[in-house]
Amino acid sequence: MSDMRTVKIDGVELEVPAHYTILQACEEAGAEVPRFCYHERLSIAGNCRMCLVEVKGGPPKPQASCALGVGDLRPGPEGQPPEIFTKTPMVKKAREGVMEFLLINHPLDCPICDQGGECDLQDQAMAYGIDKNRFAENKRAVEDKYIGPLVKTIMTRCIHCTRCVRFSTEVGGVEDLGLAGRGEDAEITTYLENAMTSELQGNVIDLCPVGALTSRPYAFQARPWELRKTESIDVMDALGSAIRVDARDREVMRIMPRLNEEVNEEWISDKTRFIWDGLRTQRLDRPYVRKNGKLEPATWDEAFAAIAEKIKATTPDRIGAIAGDLCAAEELYAFKDLMSALGVTNVDCRQDGTPLGEKGNRAGYLFNPGIAGINEADAILIVGSNPRLEAPVLNARIRQHWRNNAVQIGLIGEVADLTYDYEHLGAGPESLTELVEGKSKFHALLAKAERPLILIGQGAIARGDGLSVLGHLAKLAADVGATGGDSGWNGFAVLHTAAARVAGLDLCVLPGGEDALGTRGMLSAAGKGELDVVYLLGADELRMKSLGEAFVIYQGSHGDAGAHRADVILPGAAYTEKSGTYVNTEGRAQMTTRAVFPPGDAREDWTILRALSDALGHTLSYNSVDQLRAAMYEAAPHLAAIDQREAGAAGDLEELANAAGRMNSSAFSSTISDFYLTNPIARASAVMAECSALRRGRKLDAAE
Amino acid sequence: MLQDKDRIFTNLYGFKSPGLRAAKMRGAWDNTKQLIELGRDGIIDQVKASGLRGRGGAGFPTGLKWSFMPKESDGRPHYLIVNADESEPGTCKDREIMRHDPHLLVEGCLIAGFAMGANTGYIYIRGEFIREREALQAAVDEAYEAKLIGKNNKNGWDFDLYVHHGAGAYICGEETALLESLEGKKGQPRLKPPFPANVGLYGAPSTVNNVESIAVVPTILRRGADWFAGLGRPNNTGTKLFCISGHVETPCNVEEEMGIPFRELIEKHAGGVRGGWDNLKAVIPGGSSVPCLPATMCKDLPMDFDTLRDLKSGLGTAAVIVMDQSTDMIRAIARLAYFYKHESCGQCTPCREGTGWMWRVLERMAVGQAEKREIDMLLDVSYQIEGHTICALGDAAAWPVQGLIRHFRHEIEERIDQYSANPNPDGSMALQAAE
Repeated sequence: MSDMRTVKIDGVELEVPAHYTILQACEEAGAEVPRFCYHERLSIAGNCRMCLVEVKGGPPKPQASCALGVGDLRPGPEGQPPEIFTKTPMVKKAREGVMEFLLINHPLDCPICDQGGECDLQDQAMAYGIDKNRFAENKRAVEDKYIGPLVKTIMTRCIHCTRCVRFSTEVGGVEDLGLAGRGEDAEITTYLENAMTSELQGNVIDLCPVGALTSRPYAFQARPWELRKTESIDVMDALGSAIRVDARDREVMRIMPRLNEEVNEEWISDKTRFIWDGLRTQRLDRPYVRKNGKLEPATWDEAFAAIAEKIKATTPDRIGAIAGDLCAAEELYAFKDLMSALGVTNVDCRQDGTPLGEKGNRAGYLFNPGIAGINEADAILIVGSNPRLEAPVLNARIRQHWRNNAVQIGLIGEVADLTYDYEHLGAGPESLTELVEGKSKFHALLAKAERPLILIGQGAIARGDGLSVLGHLAKLAADVGATGGDSGWNGFAVLHTAAARVAGLDLCVLPGGEDALGTRGMLSAAGKGELDVVYLLGADELRMKSLGEAFVIYQGSHGDAGAHRADVILPGAAYTEKSGTYVNTEGRAQMTTRAVFPPGDAREDWTILRALSDALGHTLSYNSVDQLRAAMYEAAPHLAAIDQREAGAAGDLEELANAAGRMNSSAFSSTISDFYLTNPIARASAVMAECSALRRGRKLDAAE
Repeated sequence: MLQDKDRIFTNLYGFKSPGLRAAKMRGAWDNTKQLIELGRDGIIDQVKASGLRGRGGAGFPTGLKWSFMPKESDGRPHYLIVNADESEPGTCKDREIMRHDPHLLVEGCLIAGFAMGANTGYIYIRGEFIREREALQAAVDEAYEAKLIGKNNKNGWDFDLYVHHGAGAYICGEETALLESLEGKKGQPRLKPPFPANVGLYGAPSTVNNVESIAVVPTILRRGADWFAGLGRPNNTGTKLFCISGHVETPCNVEEEMGIPFRELIEKHAGGVRGGWDNLKAVIPGGSSVPCLPATMCKDLPMDFDTLRDLKSGLGTAAVIVMDQSTDMIRAIARLAYFYKHESCGQCTPCREGTGWMWRVLERMAVGQAEKREIDMLLDVSYQIEGHTICALGDAAAWPVQGLIRHFRHEIEERIDQYSANPNPDGSMALQAAE
């Protein structure tokens, strides 16, 4: 059997791989085939019957092209290539027939349907349907189902393509959705109308070819043709999923995924998708200065003056600076620049206190195999992470790999439902020691694997002995051949949870020097009164109480923990309101695009730092974002290579392996306890709050 | 007419015991070991030579079907699956076999299993068949006990046989839906290809056969393919169980030669049409899913696959439903349309949406509350279903409607005329709420 087959489609001969379906072959030949149930990333159902084509020499009936393989076609009697037609009267009649069947029980409510304007059924009815209605009976009505706070159902519109069922079962890994009943009474529902439990459930909205599943928060908010579509990058986790921000006037109306095979394929997590209402609430839209214990609105000049007064009154070693999780590389660079101009060395971009970036260079903190590299791994060890919560889309990729190739997965850390089977090897450092020393069976499995992948969560390293744990893991990686092989495979994979982290480490927003303080050091120093000023650049995940009596400057977009504690607030821009560079966990530099302007007096963060530097008498040398980027690219050239993944050098991990030392015995636990509330924007979102309450078992019922 | 000596199912009416001892006296399990010793190819050749065509409705040559199974196992087990989900309205033949002659089936399973290299067989029995399942299970238990089947049995081919009880869905009689159901999933047909002979039960090569097809095999092998092929007509050989129901004097199941003329079948075995031959109106010759035929076409009609196919009907399961002049054909077919609407699995569009549509239109037509142009529309809808679905249920739902319109269009038109002339015969006004 050769791998390529010759087929003739509408008279055009072409060669396609034998595993192609006829539908794929038709697309290759440029023949358009309508479809509803078929989706590239889901299993084939073949139930909508819209993709019927005529196959010459086959049975005298049209064939579903999505389900029939090119390899199953028989050549003609004299070995001619099999012929397929997509434009014959038979095909036209078949499509019209199926379209008519789909429409007879579909309500004519396009004017009030949220899918209107981007509806497959609408478009295909125009292209392949007939213009009259022969159905004189009553239409079917189906009761709407409650399937959670995110997905709204109008089940009368459902055409039973089962894409949503296949998505949640296959990709989401939850068996929530199903087709209950049979015949024309078949209905899509969750068991007893429970809410769906997947972190990826929002994707069924995109998958639904009609308006049966639509976005509940977005319901009746806008029409697709009114929206300004901006291609951007997500910052809710460290994957940097490709998104499209749809905005109307000054407001973000919704967020949709974009295709990026290397990162998110075409899925995004619910946090990414439904965060947009958080972009409108709790916004800092003007500077504030605390007077007599109370935050009062101020002008920029007043705010800068208050800061200048405090900073000039103290010495650089009594100033601390912490950058948060959502900062773009531009402001991180300006932040670091400003701090070094002031002579401040107590700088850190790791507010969770991980030791990343201290040893092992770039390879020591990246997801080295790459996100797409998961598909190549032949054994996976997860340490101190719950990828389902930390990066749901990445978790879906692990699940997909597990489903397709039955990859062996081991876990050290908290037991959780990761949507795939894994071997639980233990809870903490003791089990890790056993594994490193080769006492565990899984060690042999990793060693035997050609491309073992060691996924390191922040939960394993965001602790006092983190560097030691990281060292042991680097040693394990070297022992089992995950690094340094001839194949160039580097299976040392650090899974970040903060979108800003890798760029921060790349730009060395780290304590500068031996005596300089990191996050932990700054917090305890501030608590003891050894720091006079602490500058928080969007850093909210700290115990603000620990900051003691220090004068706190908070620069950020949302009124969250940092703003509450602040003495001066400088209102910044959220990720949809600025063009910023983010480097994702695998080291891929990507750039967001401004979709809307920041509210009120809020400004892009680098401009605030630039203006502040002027007020402090240490004017930064750039006047435009281009000048800033030019300087930044000099410091870190790989940031200029947008959308490219710059790998680290595996050899650098040796240095890290030497750091292996004593570990304390407490168990690893994921740093994310509540998936829906991990950052200031999410905490400002009512939708996320509802999801979180639901997840914690406290379902909030609206009065009806 | 079939002579008694040529009957395969000698206890069809349950006059004797269905137990092992009695079955052996009737000839079952006689020299089964020797039949096995014919070898796989030997058995398949014999079955091919006998001309046995599948008794489940489609009439696919059984021997050919068996030969599609891989000759050598590639590590996956092979499975024999017996389709005992007899749910077609009008059909009641497998039921009798399982109740009264179950050992023929059990022996057939062993031989068929051997012929396709299967060490495991499943009999998927219809949910409503409680007594049948008990009788069959008893026979399987007896066979195990007598070491006729099971591990290290007397016949030299390890064979485990399981009786699986369905939950009573017509669609589970479709072979791939049956496999899904057997695997514990929702009974919805699979896409073909791959065919079960390549990827069937649990992804392993499988063959699904009707009860009758399997139950006749031991006798064919014992008496020789020539004997079987000598009965009936070329390409339509052997004997067949006919299930005669409807407007006949004595409805019955009867084993007859293939190709027996319709009139002879009815008059010999069923006591003739109620009210005399001239009272015959229509016949559904092969279970509810085949198109009906009007009386004029039925007189000397040989009951076999090919003849009926040429008349645009089919032998199906040979469930002959006889309807006399008192029958309201439109209502009868509307009832069948309701059945297919009710039993549609809902997986693919044409059947899910189309069966309900056809039923609703037919219900209106049954009272005459329709337009004449809707007759052609209904026919068109039935053609839009036929051949456009995953499984054959779409075809099965469309054919009765097509048969009705093909042969009884005049009746629908008359009914419509009647209704439009006098829509409220009792003088009352049908009041409808304003909507």
